[in-house]
Amino acid sequence: MEQFLLDLKQEQFNGSYDLAYKTINHLRKLISQTRWTHAQELMNTIKKEGKRMITAQPSEYVVGNMVRRVLKIIREEYVRLLGESEESANKESLHKMLTAEGNERDDHTKPLKELKTTVIEAVNEYIDEMEASIHNISAQAIEHIHSNEVILTLGKSRTVEAFLKQAAKKRKFHVIVVEGSPLYHGHELAKSLASKGIETTVITDTAIFAIMSRVNKVIIGTHSVLANGGLKAVNGAHMVALAASHHAVPLIVLGAMFKLCLLHYSDIGGSEATFNRLASPQEVLDYYDGGTEELVNVQIYSPTFDYVPPELVTLFISNIGGNAPSYMYRLLSELYHPDDHVL
Amino acid sequence: MNNGDAENLTSEQKKQLKKERRKEKNAQKEKHNIPSKPEGEEPKIEKSKAELRAERRAKQEADRAAKASKKSDQVAANTKQKGPRVPANIQSVINLNKTILKADDPKVQKKAAKKLEKQQVPQRTEGQKKVALFSHLHQYERSLSITKNIGFGKNAIHPAIIRLGLQYAEGTVTGSNARCAALMSAICKLISDYETPPQKELSRHLESKLKPAISFLDQCRPLSVSMGSAIKYIKLQITNIPTGMSDSEAKLRLIKSLREFVHVNIVLAGEAISGYACTKITDGDVVMVFGSSSLITKVLCDAHNAGIKFSVIVVDGRPKLSGRGTLRKLCRVGIKCSYVLVSAASYIMPEVTKVFLGAHGLLSNGYVMGSVGTSMVAMAAKIRGVPVIVCCEAYKFCERVQTDSFVNNEIGDPRDLLVQNKSELTSPLLTNAAWEETDSLKVLHLTYDVTPPDFVAMVVTELGKIPCTSVPVVLRVRSLET
Repeated sequence: MEQFLLDLKQEQFNGSYDLAYKTINHLRKLISQTRWTHAQELMNTIKKEGKRMITAQPSEYVVGNMVRRVLKIIREEYVRLLGESEESANKESLHKMLTAEGNERDDHTKPLKELKTTVIEAVNEYIDEMEASIHNISAQAIEHIHSNEVILTLGKSRTVEAFLKQAAKKRKFHVIVVEGSPLYHGHELAKSLASKGIETTVITDTAIFAIMSRVNKVIIGTHSVLANGGLKAVNGAHMVALAASHHAVPLIVLGAMFKLCLLHYSDIGGSEATFNRLASPQEVLDYYDGGTEELVNVQIYSPTFDYVPPELVTLFISNIGGNAPSYMYRLLSELYHPDDHVL
Repeated sequence: MNNGDAENLTSEQKKQLKKERRKEKNAQKEKHNIPSKPEGEEPKIEKSKAELRAERRAKQEADRAAKASKKSDQVAANTKQKGPRVPANIQSVINLNKTILKADDPKVQKKAAKKLEKQQVPQRTEGQKKVALFSHLHQYERSLSITKNIGFGKNAIHPAIIRLGLQYAEGTVTGSNARCAALMSAICKLISDYETPPQKELSRHLESKLKPAISFLDQCRPLSVSMGSAIKYIKLQITNIPTGMSDSEAKLRLIKSLREFVHVNIVLAGEAISGYACTKITDGDVVMVFGSSSLITKVLCDAHNAGIKFSVIVVDGRPKLSGRGTLRKLCRVGIKCSYVLVSAASYIMPEVTKVFLGAHGLLSNGYVMGSVGTSMVAMAAKIRGVPVIVCCEAYKFCERVQTDSFVNNEIGDPRDLLVQNKSELTSPLLTNAAWEETDSLKVLHLTYDVTPPDFVAMVVTELGKIPCTSVPVVLRVRSLET
């Protein structure tokens, strides 16, 4: 557990999938190894652990998503075992709110023998679903890419890589990969795509607007999807989105459902910053150049994430299908229970 | 009926020709079969041969005359069909673009190669793995030398020009003002070393000496808008030399006018622009600049020296990373600076109050041609409602029109984007080997891009502050002045 928290603090993970996988495995271990008698106790333990994990790295929303998802799973399983239909338990109808007098609300304290096994089974199912999410998304590739298209992508996203490779099996198209400063992972993606025979061109961030007039579609991955349908994507995505909207090029975002979070965009800076984190300026201006006497007072910014407002996004493709950004908030109610919104 | 007669006549003529030809053949056969002919017969045969030859010549001339008349008829017909005449300035642009934008047309390339050979200018070898979208532009690599086979001698290119060309190709001299000034000083050297050969006039011969020099510079690095403007001025000055003038006088006059061009259009214009632009910077401003522009750096330094308190955010882009030079210059003067890459421009934009951009050239339809990445910064600023001010000297205005960055651009060396130091093993950047091996992997290094005029609030020139769309007005005024 301590190792996991340390990894979180030091940002030692590759990508949100990796982090989500590790988090949910950790939570599953927690469920199976700790002693608990009823559902409420289990949920409290998970909430406490979850809070610790979130405070270790507040800008990684995926951790919070996993915690809330597990809580929802526990609630669902509890309700199912009790025999009530799920729908009636979840519906917060006006009638119920008026007639319930506070005590009628079930506080999940009935001890149930099979709860542990069913919860672990459900969590396993969810992990399987997560593992298959990339496969499900790339299966939709053939519907969105036609022959001789020019597709623009930014940086390196595993989902986009699988998506394009799947489409390349049937269709012939060109891919333009933007480098993605300051980490330049775009080069790795380009090498991987070209090795599969896809016509790939690498361009710098500066040439995005120049090239955009010739691009048919922009397909990017994202780190998380916010509750309003906006994106928390890798640095540089907002510039790509702006250039695409100026040239009226559709922007398609690929992301599995575990990336959908409850939070909204906030640009609070300083110690309360949760949206963005500033990475080391070494990547932007390395110490050899930037440490000289004349440049020592220069402020260097290297943000990790970008906020892309939902108006710039045309389509979300997730493992359960395609959605418009204005619809994303509805999917939240399927994933997370309203009582868990604030941990 | 008439046609029938004509056909009969021609068929008769044909029969006659055939008979004559058969006679000739028989005569030749006889000549070969009987190598030792009696002398009497030879002159006879020869004479008949001479007669035949004369006849053939007459026929050929008749054919040629007929063809020439046919051609003139065709040409007359074509010109009648063409309609309105193509105006002179468009024709010049079309002629200019005939060779520049056709790197994928083999005929045009052959012609260009011949022309370079005639001028004794070495042709640069194209780089490998061109991007298909830009196959109409030349792509050169720095590692393939241009001057390996260059000759020396009386008719060869002046060494100052060779040096300048190499400085351009290597990237030692960059920036439109610097390139123009360097060009002028190299041409001054060429003129001062120049001697008119006897029987020739200075104004004609000097121009023919300049042509190979310009071709060579164009091979090293495509001419910039500022250089084009300078060359037009030089040619004008040469043709305006009065005929009676002695060589030494003419040369002095030329050199003086070239120096004046640089002084008026770059130095004095810079002062004027700086004066206008400084009125636009107020205390507490956060000014954003992109890359390196000698003019913008001057404006900011002057504003700082005038006592205005502002801070600057320098945006930079790979692979040139020219913003670092600007950063150093501004920090030296004592301005408070920040530094970001272009991908973070929208992140930092809420802090910015004004954007100052330099330009490589201003096109006639109001588009601003600048170093690649200028349009990105302008776009990010426009979204947040931050005013974008472009500072550009008037000599950089050109008659070209362009709406995208594809048609007319400069492709740089693609190896600049790959890993530079062998020691950086963990760098995610592509290595030379990876780029060369994989066929379907291409790397694009653009040099310029065009910014639409709706992103730009104002252009500051030495003639005043004008909107982007007033460029053709300025061009007209300047052409009336000269």
